[in-house]
Amino acid sequence: MELHILLVFMIVAAVAAVEMKDLISSVIALSAVGLSLSLAFLILKAPNLAVTQLVIEILCMVILVRATIKRDLPLVKDGRWLFNTAGTLLFIAVFLWCAFFALKELPVFGEPSLRVAGVYLAPGARRPGVLNVVTAITLVFRSYDALGEAAILFAAIVGVLVITRKTGKATDEG
Amino acid sequence: MKDNAPGMTLIVKTITRLTVGLIMIYGVYIVAQGETTPGSGFAGGVIIALSFIHVMLAYGKEVAVKKIDVRRGLLLAGSGASAFLTFVALGIFGGARRTGPPLLLAECAIAVMVGAGIFVIFLALVLLVEDVSKRL
Repeated sequence: MELHILLVFMIVAAVAAVEMKDLISSVIALSAVGLSLSLAFLILKAPNLAVTQLVIEILCMVILVRATIKRDLPLVKDGRWLFNTAGTLLFIAVFLWCAFFALKELPVFGEPSLRVAGVYLAPGARRPGVLNVVTAITLVFRSYDALGEAAILFAAIVGVLVITRKTGKATDEG
Repeated sequence: MKDNAPGMTLIVKTITRLTVGLIMIYGVYIVAQGETTPGSGFAGGVIIALSFIHVMLAYGKEVAVKKIDVRRGLLLAGSGASAFLTFVALGIFGGARRTGPPLLLAECAIAVMVGAGIFVIFLALVLLVEDVSKRL
């Protein structure tokens, strides 16, 4: 029940974030979406994800406010509204039509098709000294997976630094 | 304190000075208790990076850059990533994971990489925004 309230609130806040004219108000509405997503993780009994989601949301909000506080970018909305509306409605119809067939194939909520989680959570599973199940799964059972995540994150960091540096070294004098 | 000092007002600076240590200690706590309570190296590292961002927003970027600039932050992130790679490589080549180093080391490596990396990303974005708005 609380989950449905949160979901409706998230949808309303997301629509508000898209529709608002003021950029700061839009960022605040977006952070409301993230906060309720964190609460939804708490209700679904995933406190690890809730902590991470909350922290990342704070970081994103700081970056967005810092990036948008000085300028106000007006949205171009005039003209072609018939084409835009028709295209949006057509896309929604196609999406719903595909989702109707795709969602029937999904397993029931709470009964995943993969049976690996049962092995991780079995009472006799070897989790030496690790009480937190999520840490045990990410760092004991799936260390290589965590290594891949770390590699992706490191590649993202290096990519941002390469893109945002001021001038290339070859064109320094130009 | 001078009027034209960079950063925000005196109230913000004082509160930042009082709270930034607590925020950093909380991040270290999240990292250290990742094995028993909710939290992990990723979330703790982001909280540590947020404490540096806090200093940077309140005191201006010069104070924060004096502590960690882009080059040093990238060095920290790279060393954290290398430490985690070593940790996993010990699992591949050193046989069973149960006899390897404790998980806390892996958490700390991830925390150092994530914290330094996210702070460096923030620093690069802020410097880029100021550069672009100066050019406009």
